[in-house]
Amino acid sequence: MSGVLVVMEQRSGTWNRMSFEALAAGQQLATKLGTACSAAVIGAGVDSLSSELSKKKLAKVYAVQHDQLGTYTADGYVAALEQLIQQTAPDYILFPHTYQVRDFAPALATRLKQVLISDVIAIHDGPVFVRQLLQGKLNADYRHSGSGPCLVSIQAGTFRSDAVEEGSSTVENFSPQLSADLLRAKPGEPFRESAQTVDLTAAPVIVSVGRGIGEQDNLGVVEELASALGAELAASRPICDNGWLPMERQVGSSGQTVSPKLYIAVGISGAIQHLVGMKGSKSVIAINKDENAPIFEVADYGVVGDLFEIVPELTKAVLASRS
Amino acid sequence: MKIVVAIKQVPERDAPIHIASDGKWIDEGDLNYTINEPDAYALEEALQLKEKNGTGEVIVVCAGPERVQSTLREALAKGADRAIHIEADDLGSRDTLGVAQVLADAVKSESPDLILTGLQSDDLGLGQTGVVLAELLGIPSATIIMHVEPTASGLKVNRELEDGWFQHVELPLPALLTIQSGGNKLRYATLMGIKKAKTKELKTVPAAAASGAPAITLERVYLPEKQKKTEMLTGSPAEIAAKIVEKLKFEVRVL
Repeated sequence: MSGVLVVMEQRSGTWNRMSFEALAAGQQLATKLGTACSAAVIGAGVDSLSSELSKKKLAKVYAVQHDQLGTYTADGYVAALEQLIQQTAPDYILFPHTYQVRDFAPALATRLKQVLISDVIAIHDGPVFVRQLLQGKLNADYRHSGSGPCLVSIQAGTFRSDAVEEGSSTVENFSPQLSADLLRAKPGEPFRESAQTVDLTAAPVIVSVGRGIGEQDNLGVVEELASALGAELAASRPICDNGWLPMERQVGSSGQTVSPKLYIAVGISGAIQHLVGMKGSKSVIAINKDENAPIFEVADYGVVGDLFEIVPELTKAVLASRS
Repeated sequence: MKIVVAIKQVPERDAPIHIASDGKWIDEGDLNYTINEPDAYALEEALQLKEKNGTGEVIVVCAGPERVQSTLREALAKGADRAIHIEADDLGSRDTLGVAQVLADAVKSESPDLILTGLQSDDLGLGQTGVVLAELLGIPSATIIMHVEPTASGLKVNRELEDGWFQHVELPLPALLTIQSGGNKLRYATLMGIKKAKTKELKTVPAAAASGAPAITLERVYLPEKQKKTEMLTGSPAEIAAKIVEKLKFEVRVL
């Protein structure tokens, strides 16, 4: 076929919302290249999902179906997609940069003797794919230089899912050959560690703390600011990794995604994994000692300085203005 | 259990960012290097597995120029049994497949039961080397793992999914896992460990020459454009606090 193929992600008949962002990226890339965009959905019974896709502007929708694909496994997905790609020969294969894609797409690329260009934040003419390096402090332009298909995964929030163009296309069933002993891993049902008792998504104001706090005993400084503002206290992953705050207070790709009226980031450098969880905030104030910290890229107001000097003064000033 | 931990040495987090004259990386002259943090968690998991089992061997492997030996020594001081340094000065010009091939060459003859590595690197962040290495070695892999438990037939691992969800996965051995941060508390090297490390084996092997052109190429690096126009607030701490309160009252309107 040539053209662009977007591999959508679903679990138990429900789309991963990032799939449509990747679909928008695929349609726009195809337009830029003057070629066609198709999409694939993988599973054991995906007829309703594929018919939903047939109402989008696509050359073709591939319903990749097999009993062994009912539950996600890397082995099943890699084998099925390898066969689909061999038969349809797309030039570009786009994925949403989800945890599942991170699990299998590098192996699929290896089978095809390619390397996945992962976690892409922009696509320019060429095509040139932009990725972030050094935890977001640097951007890099990548080009595909291999002779086979180019595999790319798209970072959450890079393209808008409501930009997907409607249209119509036909659904083609694709039944991969999968032997019974193919699947080496046995996946269990997804579960949640404990009932979530903190719902950060409902908080209008969040004070969030990162590595800059240094040690657990210093947390009082940000707790006082949060209480003065009537805000929820949140954290970036390293704080929760250290056990200084419970995991359920974590904002980012492995924690909660929030969009409060105000997000105050204290001592948070702004690694990509954190930014995807808070960049929808209406206003962001960042306090950090490193002027190059990527958190300032998404901040409305920035303070470069020592949080241990600034935050207590801020708490005092907030309390004074409230009394 | 024989466990190989694949480690990467990366610039420290607060490294100064000066773009190198070729525009393809940052100036390495004034950089300090350290172990990639997710790899530190992979090492910790390996050491704890060995300690729980009472037997076994932990071998750390790192590819790179001579300076990576300091990171390997540190891993030995924390408790790894021996180290393999794959000497290569041209890793920057090899893509993920090329780097994973170098690791596969070194690891293959060790025939480990388990290979652990961090889920991604703090510098390039491609998040693929582990999975590609498993594919090259023909062994199963699972990614973003929080907890590893040996079973009669292999391993039961706890894999992190998005939004606070998890999943158990059972795997036969040999297998490769990429480890997420936070599953364990990291240990520090003890004085005794540092002393012992000096007597442990650190073997250097050369990396085979790159076979063929890379599949992807980094063309240039640059500082990111700001997504928002950030108003920087300056002054003494008290002045900054007063400016922020003003913003909170009249712009953000939360006070």
